[in-house]
Amino acid sequence: MPEATDEPGKEPRAQPGHGGEGTADVDGDVEVEVEMLVNGETHTMRVDPRVTLLDALREHVGLTGPKKGCDLGQCGACTVLLDRRRVTSCLTFAVMHRGREVTTIEGLVGPDGALHPMQQAFVDHDAFQCGFCTPGQIMSAVALTDEGHAGGPDEIREWMSGNLCRCAAYPNILDAVIAATAGTAGSAAAPTTTTTTRER
Amino acid sequence: MRSFTYARPHDLTQLWREHGPDAAYIAGGTNLVDLMKCGVATPQRVVDIGALPLGGIELDGDKLHVGALATNSDLAAHPLVVRHLPMLAQALLSGASPQLRNLATLGGNLMQRTRCGYFRDIAMPCNKREPGAGCAAMDGSHHGHAVLGTSEHCIATHPSDLAVALVALDAQVSVAGPNGARVVPADAFHLPPGDRPDRETQLAAGELILGVAIPLEAAGAHSCYVKVRERASYAFALASAAVGLDVRDGTIRDARVALGGVATTPWRARAAERVLVGSAPGPAVFGRAADAAAEGARPLRDNAYKVELIRRVVTRALTTLPDAPPPAAPGPLSGEPT
Repeated sequence: MPEATDEPGKEPRAQPGHGGEGTADVDGDVEVEVEMLVNGETHTMRVDPRVTLLDALREHVGLTGPKKGCDLGQCGACTVLLDRRRVTSCLTFAVMHRGREVTTIEGLVGPDGALHPMQQAFVDHDAFQCGFCTPGQIMSAVALTDEGHAGGPDEIREWMSGNLCRCAAYPNILDAVIAATAGTAGSAAAPTTTTTTRER
Repeated sequence: MRSFTYARPHDLTQLWREHGPDAAYIAGGTNLVDLMKCGVATPQRVVDIGALPLGGIELDGDKLHVGALATNSDLAAHPLVVRHLPMLAQALLSGASPQLRNLATLGGNLMQRTRCGYFRDIAMPCNKREPGAGCAAMDGSHHGHAVLGTSEHCIATHPSDLAVALVALDAQVSVAGPNGARVVPADAFHLPPGDRPDRETQLAAGELILGVAIPLEAAGAHSCYVKVRERASYAFALASAAVGLDVRDGTIRDARVALGGVATTPWRARAAERVLVGSAPGPAVFGRAADAAAEGARPLRDNAYKVELIRRVVTRALTTLPDAPPPAAPGPLSGEPT
C-alpha cells in the first residue's frame, strides 16, 4: 500500500487547545505529561499528543528494543505488553495510556541478568537472521504462552501471525516457541527437542 | 501528522462538550492513528473515549449487550459468544492479529475505513476522501474491490469481519449524541456509496456508538464464519460468509447469510435466506442459496472471480455447519424457541 510516515516534530507546533474547564481530563497545551510504569520503573515525560506509544518508549524512555518496522501495525516489530496484553505500540498514542504498565523486551530479563526462557529459546534455536523483528516476535511469544495459545504448531502459527519476519526465519521461530512453551499449553504435547522439525 | 489537541472525558456530558467541528473520537487507535499518519484523517482535536464506562459485555434477557469499548479479543473470548454466537467469535478471530485485537474495539471496528489503496493515498483521486475527485480504482488496481453495493462513484470494500456477523445476527446499534440517543439496526448502519461515498454510516456529526445489542437466537447459535484470503492468517477477506440456520423437524425455519470482503457495506444476503427458509437443508438448496447470494453482483475487469467466490464461500459455510443441535440458550432462553 502507498504510505507516508511523518516524523513527529517536523511540522508546526500544536495550537493551544480549547476546552480545559477542569471537569474532563483535558490537556490543551502543546505537550502533555504522561506517566507510565515501564518495565517496573515509573517514567514521567512530556510529549506531543502525536507521539505514539512506540515513539514514547524509543525516544523518551530510551528503550530501543521495540522496533519501528512498518509503523502501520502490519509487521508486529513494535509489539509490547500493555497491562500484560500484547499490543502494536505504533498504532496508539502514548497520551491514551497514562498510568498504565508497559513491558518491553528489555523488561523480560531477570534481575540477575538471566535471559527470559523465551529469549534463551530463540538463541538456542537460532530463531532469527537479521534480528530486527525478534523483540516483537519474543514479546508475542511470551504473550501467546500466557494466553494459552501454545497448543501446537498450527495454533502457534496462527497466534504468531501478527509478527512478520522479512528474513523468513519462521521455521526456527516456531521451533523456539514450541520448545519454550512445552508443557505450558493444555492441548497438544509440544516436542521438547527440535531435531525433527529443524530438518524442514 | 497534523497536530491536534487531546481530551479524555469521563462521562457523556463532558464528551459532548469536548467534541466539536474537526474532532475525532479515538478508542484503540488501530485505524485512526494509521489514517492520521498517512494524512487521510486530519482531525484538529482527538477525543479519547477510553475512560467512558462502555466496556461491558452483559446478558440482558435474550440479548447480549456489548459496549463500544469491548475489545475484539475480549468479545471473541467471552463464554456467551463462544457458546451462543460462534459466527461472531470466528469472525472476530479471523480479523487482524492478536496484538491488534487487544487494542481494537467494537465501536472502532464498525467505524473503520476502507483499506482501498487509493483511499489511503492522498496523491490519488478518491470520491470517498474527496467527493467529486473521481475514483482511481475503477480502471486501476481493483482485484480486491467490491462487486455488490457499488456505484459509479465508489467500489471500495468494507473491511470488517465483525460487522458481517452483526448484520447476520440482527444486532442493533445504540448511538448517542448531544441531542439524544437512538437505535439503528446494524444492517442499516452502514450506507452504500451511491453518489456520496464520503458518507459511510448513519452517525450524525458528534454522535458516538455506545454499543450493540445482539439477540441470542437459534440461527445465531447454529452458525459459522468462513473467510477466504490471500494467505492463511492476518489478511482482509477476499470473500467471507457468516451463515446461521435454525433447523427444526428437518426444515430450515430461520436462515442468516451475510457477506464480507465483496461489498461496499457489511452485506446481508436476504435473497439467499429466502431460498433457504422452508426447505430441508441439503446440497441442492445450499447451491441455490449460494447463487442467490451472488445475485446483482457487478464485477469489473479484475474482480469477477469474486462472484464465483461468493457462491463457494456461502456453500462452504452452509456445509461446514455442524449437524449437532446448538446448545440450549442461557437463562430466559432455555425454553422452546419461538
